[in-house]
Amino acid sequence: MDSTENNMLPMEQFLDAEGEVLKNLPAWVNNEDILIDYYRTMVIARQGDQKAVALQRTGKMGTYPSCLGQEAISTVCAALLEKDDVLIPYYRDLPGLMRRGIPLSDVMLYWGGDERGSASPAWGQDLPNCVPIATQAGHAAGIATAIKIRHEAGDPLGVALCALGDGATSKGDFGEALNLAGAWQLPVVYIINNNQWAISVPRKIQSGAPTLAQKGVAAGLPSFQVDGNDVIALHDVISAAIERARQGKGATVIEAISYRLCDHTTADDASRYRGSEELKDAWKKEPIKRLRNFLHHRGLWDERKEQALKEEADRLIDAAVQTYLNTPLPKIEDLFDYHYANMPAQLAHQKQEALAREQIRQEKLNASGGHHNG
Amino acid sequence: MDNKLTMVEAVNLALDHAMASDPDVVLLGEDIGVNGGVFRATQGLRDKYGLKRVMDTPLAETLIAGISVGMAAQGMKPVAEIQFMGFIFPAMEQLICHAARMRNRTRGRLACPMVLRAPFGGGIHAPEHHSESTEALFAHIPGLRVVIPSSPVRAYGLLRSAISEPDPVIFLEPKRIYRAIKQTIDISSDPLPLDTCFTLKVGQDVTLVSWGASIRETTEAANILENHGIAAEVIDVATIKPLDMETILKSVRKTGRCVVVHEACRSFGVGAEIAAGLMEKAFDELKSPVERVTGFDTTMPYYRMEDHYLPQADDIVRAAIRTLARH
Repeated sequence: MDSTENNMLPMEQFLDAEGEVLKNLPAWVNNEDILIDYYRTMVIARQGDQKAVALQRTGKMGTYPSCLGQEAISTVCAALLEKDDVLIPYYRDLPGLMRRGIPLSDVMLYWGGDERGSASPAWGQDLPNCVPIATQAGHAAGIATAIKIRHEAGDPLGVALCALGDGATSKGDFGEALNLAGAWQLPVVYIINNNQWAISVPRKIQSGAPTLAQKGVAAGLPSFQVDGNDVIALHDVISAAIERARQGKGATVIEAISYRLCDHTTADDASRYRGSEELKDAWKKEPIKRLRNFLHHRGLWDERKEQALKEEADRLIDAAVQTYLNTPLPKIEDLFDYHYANMPAQLAHQKQEALAREQIRQEKLNASGGHHNG
Repeated sequence: MDNKLTMVEAVNLALDHAMASDPDVVLLGEDIGVNGGVFRATQGLRDKYGLKRVMDTPLAETLIAGISVGMAAQGMKPVAEIQFMGFIFPAMEQLICHAARMRNRTRGRLACPMVLRAPFGGGIHAPEHHSESTEALFAHIPGLRVVIPSSPVRAYGLLRSAISEPDPVIFLEPKRIYRAIKQTIDISSDPLPLDTCFTLKVGQDVTLVSWGASIRETTEAANILENHGIAAEVIDVATIKPLDMETILKSVRKTGRCVVVHEACRSFGVGAEIAAGLMEKAFDELKSPVERVTGFDTTMPYYRMEDHYLPQADDIVRAAIRTLARH
C-alpha cells in the first residue's frame, strides 16, 4: 500500500494476500487453537458488525462506525491481553471488545444511544469507546503510570494497550503520550489501525512521514510496521510488544497496515471521495479470507466448519439483537444520578423538575391515547 | 514550630497530609519535583514521598490532564498542578470530554477522582497570560466542581476535601494572596465542606458576595461601610460550582440588596448566575437590582494597567451605596 513506499521501517508479514506463506513461520503457529480462535472471533465480529450496520439502515440503531476489513488488528490485540490488563479502545474495536468478553448487546446498546452500553461489569477496567480522537492516548499513558506506581517488585507488570486510527497520529495528544511513554518507560502499547482513510482524508495527506510508526522513533520507542490483515504477523509483533511492556522494558508503537473496506460510519458515503478500483484492490487483501485460505491449506478448516461457525454467529448475534432491542429506556433519574457521587443540591432540584415534566408529558400522552415507545 | 502558615504553605500542608493518609494520592505537574513548584506549593514533598508519587511531567498540559484521567480511572487520586491558569486551556478537552463525563458515561463503572490545581488571577505583575480568571469556563461544565479558597485556613480545609471527593475538582488558587496573610491551621478540626458558601461577616443592610482574592477588597469594603453605619454581610462562595444558592438567598432575603464582586470579566460570569438565581428565588425580597463589580469585558491588561482593571474596595463601597439608595 502507498504508505509502505520509501519505508524507513521494515514491515512484518508472513502471509500474502492469498494466505500463502512468505517465510518461515514462528513456532506458535503449530498451536492450531490460536489461529482458529482468531478466525472464529473475526468471523463472528464481521457478522455482528454487518448486523449493526443493518440495524442502523433499518432505523433500529444510531450512527455506527463499521470495522469491516480491520477485524484482525483488534482481535489479536484483545486476545493477547491478560484479563487484568487494560484495553483502551477506539471506536472501531468491536472484535476486540467481543474477544474481551464484552457482550455484543452492550456494544449495540452503546451505538443505540444508551450509556449503559459502557457500564456492565464485563468491561472490567477497560475504558469505554473514545470518540474525540487520540485523547485516549493520554489515558493509556495514565493507566500505565498507575500500573507502574502500584507495581510490587517481583510481580509481572500489567499492560495498557491503546488503539487509535491513522488520523489520530496527527493530533498533539498522540505525540505527548508517546513522548511520556518513552520518558517514563511505561508499560503501554500503542497500536495504530492505519486503514488509509480518516473519513475523507487519505493517509498521504495526513502526514509527510513515510511511516506513522516512526513517530514513535522520535519518542525513543521501538516502533514497527506490520501487515494488519495478517494475524500471524500481528500476533508476533503485538505479543513481543506486550511482553516487553510486562517485563518493565517500556512502550512500543505498532502501525498495522489495513484498509477501511466500509464507509467511515453509516453517516458517511465513501464513494464521494474514494475510487472503486482502490476499494476493489483492497478487498483482495482482507484478513478473513487470507486466514481461511491458510487454514484450508493446513487442513484445519473446511466448508462444514465454516457453515457451523456462521450459524453459531447468527444465533449469538440474534440473541444480542434481541437483548439490545428489548432493553427498556433508562429512567429519567439516570440522567442525573451518575454525574456526581455526591449530588449537588441544584442537580437534585433539576432532577425533581425533570420528573415533574416527564409526568406531565406522560399524562398528556395518556390523555391523547398514545403511548411512550421510546 | 510556628504553625501560622501562608496560603501557599497551607496548600503544601494539605497535599502533605493527603499523601500521608492515602497512598493513592499522587502529585504531578511541571517543575513540582525537585523545584517544589514555581510557587513552592509542592516544596519538600518529592523528598518525603519519592519520585513515584511526586512526578515532574514533560511540559505538556494536555498530557497532564490526560494521564490524570487515566490514573483516576484506575482509582488513583492524582492531584495535578497546571503552572498558571493561563496555560490550562490545552487541558480543557480532557476536562470537558473525559474527566467530567467518565462517571456518567459508564454509569458509575469508572469515575474520575482527580484534582487539577492552578494558581490564577491578577495582581502580582506577572507576564502576559499569567493573570486571567476564567473560573466561569469550568463552572459551565456538568460533572466538574470548581473550588476557590480565600485564606490559608480555607485553602487547607477545602483542598483536603477536594482530594477526598470522588469526582473531579478544579482547585483554583488566587496567587495574589498566596503569601498575603498567615493563619493558624487547626488540622484536628473537621475538613471544610465543599458545595458550601461561608458567611465571613454578618450584617443586615446589604449582602456582598465574592470569592478568592477579591474577598480581601470585599471585606475591606464591608469595614468602610461599617464606619459609615452600614452593616454589610460578606459571603465567601468558596465552591463556585455547584453553587450554594441557599446561603446567598438566605442572606439576600434578609438584606434585600446584593453586590457580587469578581475579578473575572463581567459578561456570562459567575456573577450573572448568582443574579439570575436571586431573580428566580428572591424577586419579591429584592429592594434593588443586583450590582456586579467585576473586571471589564476586555482582555486582562498587561501588568502596568492591571490595578485599573481589578475591582477595588472603593468600587464595591459605591456599588453597595447604589443598592442602598433605592427603597
